[in-house]
Amino acid sequence: MIGITSYGAYIPYYRLKRDIIFAAMGWFNSGNASVSRGEKAVTNHDEDTLTMAVSAAIDCLNGREGNGIGGLYLGSTTAPYLERLNSAICAAALSLKPDVRTADFNACLRAGTSALISACEAVNMNSVDNLLVCASDSRQGKPGSHFEYTFGDGAAALMVGRENVVAEFKGCYSLSHDFIDYRRLQEDRFVRGWEERWIKDEGYAKIIPQAVSGLLKKYQLKIDDFASVVISCPDSKSLSKIGKGIGINPEKLQDNLMSNVGDTGAALPLMMLVSALEKASAGDKIMVVSYGSGSDALFFEVTEEIDKLKSGLGIKGHLNLKEDLDNYSKYLVYRDILPMEIGIRGEEMPPLRLSIMNREGQTMAALQGCRCKACGTPQFPKQRTCINPECGVIDQMEEYSFHDKIGRIKSFTGDNLAYSISPPAIYGLIDFDEGGRLYLDITDCDLADLKVGSKMKMSFRRRYADKKRSVFAYFWKAVPIKNVNLEG
Amino acid sequence: MASGIKNKVAIIGMGCTKFGELWDKSAEDLIVEAFKEASEDAGIDHRDIEAAWYASCFEEVNVGRGAIPLGRALKLPNIAVTRVENFCTSGTEAIRGACYAVASGACDMALALGCEKLKDTGFGGLPELCTGEENKFYYPNLTAPGMFAQVASSYFAKYGLSRDEGKKILARISWKSHQNGALNPRAHLRRAPSLEAIVNAPVIADPLGLFDCCGVSDGAAAAIIVPASKAKDYRPDPVYIKSLQISLTPATGLGHQSWDGVHFESTRVPGIKAYKEAEITNPREEINLMEVHDCFSISELVTYESLGISPVGKARADIEDGFYDIDGKIPCQSDGGLKCFGHPIGASGIRMAYEIYKQLQGKAEPGERQLKNNPRLGLTQNHGGICGSLVCSVGVFGNEL
Repeated sequence: MIGITSYGAYIPYYRLKRDIIFAAMGWFNSGNASVSRGEKAVTNHDEDTLTMAVSAAIDCLNGREGNGIGGLYLGSTTAPYLERLNSAICAAALSLKPDVRTADFNACLRAGTSALISACEAVNMNSVDNLLVCASDSRQGKPGSHFEYTFGDGAAALMVGRENVVAEFKGCYSLSHDFIDYRRLQEDRFVRGWEERWIKDEGYAKIIPQAVSGLLKKYQLKIDDFASVVISCPDSKSLSKIGKGIGINPEKLQDNLMSNVGDTGAALPLMMLVSALEKASAGDKIMVVSYGSGSDALFFEVTEEIDKLKSGLGIKGHLNLKEDLDNYSKYLVYRDILPMEIGIRGEEMPPLRLSIMNREGQTMAALQGCRCKACGTPQFPKQRTCINPECGVIDQMEEYSFHDKIGRIKSFTGDNLAYSISPPAIYGLIDFDEGGRLYLDITDCDLADLKVGSKMKMSFRRRYADKKRSVFAYFWKAVPIKNVNLEG
Repeated sequence: MASGIKNKVAIIGMGCTKFGELWDKSAEDLIVEAFKEASEDAGIDHRDIEAAWYASCFEEVNVGRGAIPLGRALKLPNIAVTRVENFCTSGTEAIRGACYAVASGACDMALALGCEKLKDTGFGGLPELCTGEENKFYYPNLTAPGMFAQVASSYFAKYGLSRDEGKKILARISWKSHQNGALNPRAHLRRAPSLEAIVNAPVIADPLGLFDCCGVSDGAAAAIIVPASKAKDYRPDPVYIKSLQISLTPATGLGHQSWDGVHFESTRVPGIKAYKEAEITNPREEINLMEVHDCFSISELVTYESLGISPVGKARADIEDGFYDIDGKIPCQSDGGLKCFGHPIGASGIRMAYEIYKQLQGKAEPGERQLKNNPRLGLTQNHGGICGSLVCSVGVFGNEL
């Protein structure tokens, strides 16, 4: 049996209420009042498509080791690099072994489902035992455009394998249609569209039902056979019309996350699938339909393993883990749309030394340090001489990763002098429960949330953007562990 | 058994420029000014210098690399000129180099001179600390106030002080130094703010406010060292080196949980060694004045304890009792300290020694600043680097053999 063996998701901590956008930009296009309800998830200043993909993958692994994974596929339209494998950056952050398969799927909102189909087929071919599929997007609408209201940020991750399958992959049907609705050239910063009515009527309303009926026909199924239908159509009215047209009970039509997350592009169908899996029971059939230059329709059947799976926060948990970003101009600055005076100190960013990034690759990518075999002290970065003043032996180290460890604040500050795009810069010494102390930035919090002793987990973030040299440097930061209500 | 530096060498001349935002002065101007005062004080000529140590930290900021800025400014005639840099202890490192050279017999007269031009960076605070390209990938964008702020928050947490209580104690330290600095024409900041203004100042790095932090200044200071046996050939009142110690904590505080975050091991260790070298058994009774590294008010508080002057965790009582005030048992920062002088890094350690030297000679200027306790022994301490991996120097100076 081939299929999904575990699932996870990530929604950034900050949410922007759409009426805040309308209050700032509604003067330009009052018609956008129609999309100004609800809120959308927005990346923090130190997040991007890759960091969200890694966070979703960590949620999917939920404590399971990364070194048994056969590879990682990443589906996204906004992966930061056009040249340099984005999925390889994620694989390094997750401590995957070097002899794994990594591939990027891009340029289309179907990239997430295409990656999932390819992963299922690769496992089916027995060329790998399992593959981690991440889909992540953070698309940018131009200020004033309706995309600015509808686009949201998020990611999903699915482990595809042969053992402990919770949702069996039963088949798929794809359509390729060069329908020129959403597009972006290499040099374009913002997504372009065409008249929305045309996209709704000629795009969603025609292509999606065609994919659904194609799948039903191919596998001799009726729409009523499905316990839930995931259709990644970001326009809610179109979605319910399509639902009626294909004859699905509205209760079985999966919510498109538009009211609380937004259109997460290539990640949307997989995030909706995670939502569907969170409430699924053994025997349920789930259909997943993506949209973009055609459509992919996939078909899963939930197994009894679903009850045994220890899942992470998923969509449900992340929806309840949030804070308002109550400031439109801050949003623009975080997205690097509004040029801001960052001061000479901010301009003096250190040049990134690529040879160091390569030599210390896993130190940065996976927060890997070492542990002294003589005294057991974990330390970071890796040392030749043990840091324990009582020990001090030389060359007795084994590899040790901190990225999955829990720590507590030993000391911290909010620094108004240090350069940060979101002052004060919050950082401190973190003492790990299993030993070791690291100096780390602290993110996704206010200074007032923190106390000496606050419990922290590690989160993969973008540390530097060296645009002069076209390099992003990623590193781990500490994030307070908050209590999440998984019921509400 | 090493015999130490005690009574082997003496200072026979010192100079110190006015510190401040010296927009119209170059590094050369400051070097020459500090040296002129020192050489006139010693009654010597630059051609008498046999070896020189030059301290500067941020070499790219208007001063230049190596020891060339010193050699060129003074036209030192083909002698050994060496640049030293060891973060905030750079100035004391220059003194140490000069003292060890003279003590070893390698030369009979050595110069220690420190200079820094910080005000040409274009921004407040110190330039970015260069801890190595690799470390920039790992560490947050640490600033000096950000690091010492954490010592403050840890100290408050450990000793059960609320943020407000803690800030009041720290304010009392800064208040005292500003009172002293207001009288000193060489100081950069000469206004004496009220306790209330200090407590309510804008926050730089929580919980430290503006007046908890020292300024950023330009300045230079110089010392001329000769063998103790020849010191009285130059002047009747030389000042003798009693001890010079340096200690560097090898990043254990940053990476090992043994550091409590509220004491400076890099100060405690050289403090003990310095007292031993100077044959001081009870520093609280024997030291008559101190210049310590008050880059931040919390640094001064913790230093009182780490030097063994105030009992650990109990500096508050001494601060509130005025123990470190100008008329207290051990006046600390009688010149105003870094708080009022700012911190041109290479110069600071030598500037501290300058104050001790003048007070031990009874020649503090203006006369109203001269301590009334007839001081015999003075101590300097300065430190820098990264909290948890600081380098610290402790020096003891005396006016008797």
